[in-house]
Amino acid sequence: MSQAPKTGDRDYGFATRAIHAGAIPDPVTGARATPIHQTTSFVFDNAEHAASLFNLQTFGNVYSRISNPTVAVFEERVASLENARAALACASGMAAQMTALLAILKAGDHIVAASTLYGGTVGQLGIGFSRLGIETTFVDPSDVENFARAMRPNTRAVYGETIGNPLVNVLDIAAVADVAHAHGVPLVIDNTVASPYLCNPCDWGADIVVHSATKYLGGHGTTMGGVVVEGGKFPWDNGKFPEMVEPSRAYHGVKFYETFGDFGYTMKARMEVNRTFGAVLSPMSAWQLLQGTETLHLRMREHCRNALAVARFLQQHPKVRWVNYPGLPDSPYHALAKKQFRAVDGQPGASGILTFGIDGGAAAGERFIDACEFLSHLANIGDAKTLVIHPASTTHRQLNDEELQKAGVSADMVRLSVGIEDVNDVLWDIEQALERATRA
Amino acid sequence: MSRTPDTISTLREVLGHCRTLAVVGLSPQWHRPSYFAAKYMQAHGYRIVPVNPLVAAEGGSILGERCYASVVEAAQAIAAQGGHIDMVDCFRKSADIPPLAEEAIAIGARCLWLQLGVTNEEAAERAEAAGLQVIQNRCVKIEHARLFGGLGWAGVNTRVISAKRPQQLPY
Repeated sequence: MSQAPKTGDRDYGFATRAIHAGAIPDPVTGARATPIHQTTSFVFDNAEHAASLFNLQTFGNVYSRISNPTVAVFEERVASLENARAALACASGMAAQMTALLAILKAGDHIVAASTLYGGTVGQLGIGFSRLGIETTFVDPSDVENFARAMRPNTRAVYGETIGNPLVNVLDIAAVADVAHAHGVPLVIDNTVASPYLCNPCDWGADIVVHSATKYLGGHGTTMGGVVVEGGKFPWDNGKFPEMVEPSRAYHGVKFYETFGDFGYTMKARMEVNRTFGAVLSPMSAWQLLQGTETLHLRMREHCRNALAVARFLQQHPKVRWVNYPGLPDSPYHALAKKQFRAVDGQPGASGILTFGIDGGAAAGERFIDACEFLSHLANIGDAKTLVIHPASTTHRQLNDEELQKAGVSADMVRLSVGIEDVNDVLWDIEQALERATRA
Repeated sequence: MSRTPDTISTLREVLGHCRTLAVVGLSPQWHRPSYFAAKYMQAHGYRIVPVNPLVAAEGGSILGERCYASVVEAAQAIAAQGGHIDMVDCFRKSADIPPLAEEAIAIGARCLWLQLGVTNEEAAERAEAAGLQVIQNRCVKIEHARLFGGLGWAGVNTRVISAKRPQQLPY
């Protein structure tokens, strides 16, 4: 006699999880869409219940700076899409990376980071964290040996981006993870540009993943948000992270790793960093990001298709000096993209960001942007709309010449975040703007 | 590796049927994980039977339940009350598990549960061969909250996907 199928054990696919993970029907009302719990606080049943909650002896909600049921759905959704153990939502991508790092770093510690990071991250680590006594060494990520050479006895994290912005370089996550693990420290990866649809860094050895959910997860340029994701495999009891295993001075003497195991890091980040530094995601924002996340798989496929078409068009255009897109077969990053990223139409899905050099340098770059009809000139990426910017004069203008060079930003560089409009319309706008910008 | 996977269906069966838990190594200190877990399970309708020789020697209780020196002693006392220990939940070092597995087999428990960080393949195989369900390196509180609600509030990936309205409130 055959046994009845066990319904709880199915491994659901990405699209199903993008729509369902974390969101079972509301137990009281049966509401199928995720309710927006717009409340700061939650009543205790009695004094004993309150004590249990404050002691972390029962799971539940106390105050929305610690946890909120709507925000929690978004956290579980992203943890699921990243094939990870747990997640913690934050007010923005910058807040997420700050929270991710402050959970394990203190004054006197050291970070090894890719030099090609988003300019805001370079500022947070290089200036913001240095004020707190945490030093960062930035290294050229194209050679993994550079990470190994920069490691010190006080290094406590290695930091990189799946796809750099705006250089659109692809990191060899597995190789950098090996370097980090050889030194007993976690690899933290910003997976914003690839999104969980194209790449799951934890599957390649990353231990912590951060996202600016403002970008592809939300996907519509409406809502700020960030998320920290814990893979659940890092051995926090290896001697380098006493605050993960010893009684917490910041929270009632709880030993996070012993008590919560493979989501102990997330609990520490929640109780010691988000609770006390306060950069939390609002329930309304979480709900809007959830709406976006439900179509992540559909949008990412279109972003990849359109970006590849734009890259190919630019490559054969006489007024374009160079095109950098990892989806192009002659990109130096094509092999890594093929290895690490999900295929779209048989090609490595390389997301929607690309850069190109325009004939005529910085002046032509600025003219190009002004000449665009419906490509939006703004400082964001990952919108359904196609976005365009000249990094040297905008997002990266705080960097000096040496930092610009390290970040790979040249004066003639134009960055496109290719949207999901009709690709022929996007190509038309680029072509007419190129024509007007480079007319002699 | 253990032949009994800790899948959702297995955990649902174990936590649905095991109502009386001998908690071996239950600490009387409120901030220890064993106390966290036992207090949670008690609050969710399970009977906790503490096994702690030090506290038992003084005739003490933890969480309002009398302490016993061994699993067998606890099982005899519960049997005298007309009950039965369904699960032996172990907060002990991995090396201490084999004799506890033998006791779990001897008292006819359904499940040998080894807490986070605790694994012992030899003892697990012995218990499985005797017909017990064995769960290793998992917390009984965390897995209960994963299946019956609450763990998701901590942002943990429960892997539970369902369009059915839960028939009990998470708390």
